[in-house]
Amino acid sequence: MSLDTVKHAADTPEAPQPWAELGLKRDEYDRVREILGRRPTGAELAMYSVMWSEHCSYKSSKVHLRQFGDKAPHSDALLVGIGEQAGVVDVGRGIAVTFKIESHNHPSYVEPYQGAATGIGGIVRDIIAMGARPVAVMDPLRFGAADHPDTRRVLPGVVAGIGGYGNCLGLPNIGGEVVFDPCYQGNPLVNALCVGVMKHEDIHLAKAAGAGNKVILYGARTGGDGIGGASILASESFDSTKPSKRPAVQVGDPFQEKLLIECTLEVFAEGLVTGIQDLGAAGLSCATSELASNGSGGMRVELDTVPLRDSSLSPEEILMSESQERMCAVVEPANVDRFLEICAKWDVIATVIGEVTDGDRLEIFWHGEQIVDVPPRTVAHEGPVYDRPQARPAWLDALRADDPAALPRPADDAELRAQVLALVSSPNQASKAWITAQYDRYVLGNTVLAQPEDSGMIRVDEESGLGVAIATDGNGRYAKLDPYAGAQLALAEAYRNVAATGATPLAVTDCLNFGSPEDPSVMWQFAEATRGLADACLTLGTPVTGGNVSLYNQTGEAAIHPTPVVGVLGVIDDVARRTPMAFREAGQLLYLLGDTADEFGGSAWSQVVHGHLGGLPPKVDLERERLLGEILVSASRDGMIDAAHDLSDGGLVQAVAESCLKGGQGARLVVPDGLDAFTFLFSESTGRAVVAVPRGEEVRFTDMCAARGLPAARVGVIDGDAIEVQGAFTLPLDELREAHERTLPALFA
Amino acid sequence: MTTRVGVVTFPGSLDDRDAQRAVKLAGGEPVALWHGDKDLHQVDAVILPGGFSYGDYLRCGAIARFSPVMETIIDQARAGLPVLGICNGFQVLCESHLLPGALTRNDHLHFICRDQRLRVENAATAWTADYTAGQEITVPLKNGEGGYVADERTLDELEAEGRVVFRYLGGNPNGSRRDIAGITNEAGNVVGLMPHPEHAVEALTGPTIDGLGFFTSALRKLVA
Repeated sequence: MSLDTVKHAADTPEAPQPWAELGLKRDEYDRVREILGRRPTGAELAMYSVMWSEHCSYKSSKVHLRQFGDKAPHSDALLVGIGEQAGVVDVGRGIAVTFKIESHNHPSYVEPYQGAATGIGGIVRDIIAMGARPVAVMDPLRFGAADHPDTRRVLPGVVAGIGGYGNCLGLPNIGGEVVFDPCYQGNPLVNALCVGVMKHEDIHLAKAAGAGNKVILYGARTGGDGIGGASILASESFDSTKPSKRPAVQVGDPFQEKLLIECTLEVFAEGLVTGIQDLGAAGLSCATSELASNGSGGMRVELDTVPLRDSSLSPEEILMSESQERMCAVVEPANVDRFLEICAKWDVIATVIGEVTDGDRLEIFWHGEQIVDVPPRTVAHEGPVYDRPQARPAWLDALRADDPAALPRPADDAELRAQVLALVSSPNQASKAWITAQYDRYVLGNTVLAQPEDSGMIRVDEESGLGVAIATDGNGRYAKLDPYAGAQLALAEAYRNVAATGATPLAVTDCLNFGSPEDPSVMWQFAEATRGLADACLTLGTPVTGGNVSLYNQTGEAAIHPTPVVGVLGVIDDVARRTPMAFREAGQLLYLLGDTADEFGGSAWSQVVHGHLGGLPPKVDLERERLLGEILVSASRDGMIDAAHDLSDGGLVQAVAESCLKGGQGARLVVPDGLDAFTFLFSESTGRAVVAVPRGEEVRFTDMCAARGLPAARVGVIDGDAIEVQGAFTLPLDELREAHERTLPALFA
Repeated sequence: MTTRVGVVTFPGSLDDRDAQRAVKLAGGEPVALWHGDKDLHQVDAVILPGGFSYGDYLRCGAIARFSPVMETIIDQARAGLPVLGICNGFQVLCESHLLPGALTRNDHLHFICRDQRLRVENAATAWTADYTAGQEITVPLKNGEGGYVADERTLDELEAEGRVVFRYLGGNPNGSRRDIAGITNEAGNVVGLMPHPEHAVEALTGPTIDGLGFFTSALRKLVA
């Protein structure tokens, strides 16, 4: 069939178009026709359909995400806020840090290795596009039941993909999470976070300004991979003689991306870039329309100049291809030659594909014929917005009424001991070393803390020792019981984890993983979670700087637990002052900070021992979190503590076990007055941490806690080669280590 | 005058800046060398760093070996220039036939990153003179293709001539023959190993500072 040009579209208003197959609703298609005053061309339809998709337009989530801006706490540290490709935070000394988390959930289920690999690739390009050198990645991962056969397919592929791409890129992987729950069966969550560092003056934003400036596409050639809707367009309607649908999952080449990083940083350093954007979801459709929309509005692109891997690609496919490792830059004419020269030095293909115009239309040509003529804002920023119906789930009251208080607790000390072993060896609480050993944590030479520490910590300035710490956390079980509180608990935990290493929390990124927005109960969960997170960010003074929403994590009627994953970034003046988690010195005193209550709703204990989920999650107390954070940071700065570990899922015994195993030291614990051993060991009350205090610092430390009103109870001492709970049981470290470390290799090696 | 140690950057090199930092901490002057430039800029020694040169396309190190900079390095190494190949650099040295044998995929088929104990078997090379024979050190190991292989005769020769420089302790991490972690050439100026001494030069970021001795050894030898 002949080319569907703008003129042809105007002449054939009634030609049938595959808008429904491309995922547009009738009213959305009508709106496109209204905007254009005619039917869209095939290329235009391709652009609108992909840019107005949930993934690109946030059409169901936008009305809720606005709260992150509306309720944002004032922060002097925020240099670039929500809305750009990634937020940018001032960490002092003229240095800025950018960080963001994204999801690559669906591709990772279809093709675990490439899905996870290209997830890293995409988030890394977002960070480069801000002008920053990427310095670390983290991966919060969630899979179905650990012993489900499909988890054996998905997990090893995902882990190998993250390692294969990230290791080859030379980025240390410094943390993340691995969580198993049957609710993620068929819908694994593969989130990826990247952090980058730059000087203040190097911040770059995605916009095309200045008529006559050239648009340069550089990086990999464009191929047929990653075309979702476009293959429908190409094969089912426009040209039925084409081969069958191409793979919808992109294929990554980390070597190409490494060259792209070095090449991009070099063109930035020489000041050759006016605007820049990475090509991720929706490929060129997204990059051209967003660049133009953020600038003065006009851009002309000669699509046939795009270097191709496959010469048979149609213009619609080229516009929608999600081939990886590509970037788009806007460059002043005088700088074009030098730009191309640097690309050539790095063996990166670079092509001038168009220029910025003084009009207000995005115009795309194919061998001289116009196939796109649209106002770019209508593609990129003025897509449909839905305030979808919400309904509190009918099952919620019954779930909350199923109180874990009714669950049988250990009858004697032997059972208590057995449950401790069961907990630390359960897939969620077991050592993740089998996974993290497949990631390079050393490259770049600035990794101060990495998994399994509470947060990853990177030195960003070698002279002063200035550093940043990042933690990601989320607890779908809590959020299922109460999405408002669940989102706040995720933030609280990440905040606490950052503070536990001695860094002051500054800013937040989030990845909101939910089921289908068309299900009112999922939409209610989403609304509650975003409201909870925005409120908590306001209280803690940590603005959301950006992030990602992943909806439709659902198979049939069964949605995943609502899973807001929250990343918190903190700053530390001197990484030499960091607080690690390991108990290293026998004789140091163990203090439990915070209040411990009988709270087991959504707990690891209820899951591991009883397979139970019900009741209410632990109480949120953000003022307490803030106070605890201040104490942990002060104690780190003034050298009052030698180790700290936050208390979260699994409670005190999980934290003590991890700290003992890491340091190769045992601990003698004494149950404090007013608590029973069970609650002491397993409660998941929030706002708590366990710290190791050198004897010489005890008075100074406890005085500080008393003066500032933070409960601090002496609960034991580092000693011996076992965890001994006095009057209850003794657990040799060797036995503990065996239990903690054998689980994942037994399942996946 | 400070000793100049060149660190080559190939497309895909990753630990080049780390090697430069290690040289600096040891008191030398790191000099960045570019794969496309034959000129070694009067350096006194060369480090081929870790990474995935040319994306490990074809075979690890197979393409890097033909880069312009390697032509000069191969010539000068044969004339006695101290050369250290770390991880991918070791693979390049084997592909260049400056060292015998080859590196194959880890026997367990996974990339592995861990703190690795090693025994220094030969403390007489250009890069190990600051250690003592039999000394045990711990430095990071991180690779996917670190299994050292060679035919039995070559392995016997290496052993007989004392050219096995490092051996893995506490478990062979990748299936290397005879637990070999690193070797040297007959003259002792060219050393290659899979573990990463440049990541064990600061207490803050490494498991130990055991790796510093590589760099101080070379500098001391060059000053003397």
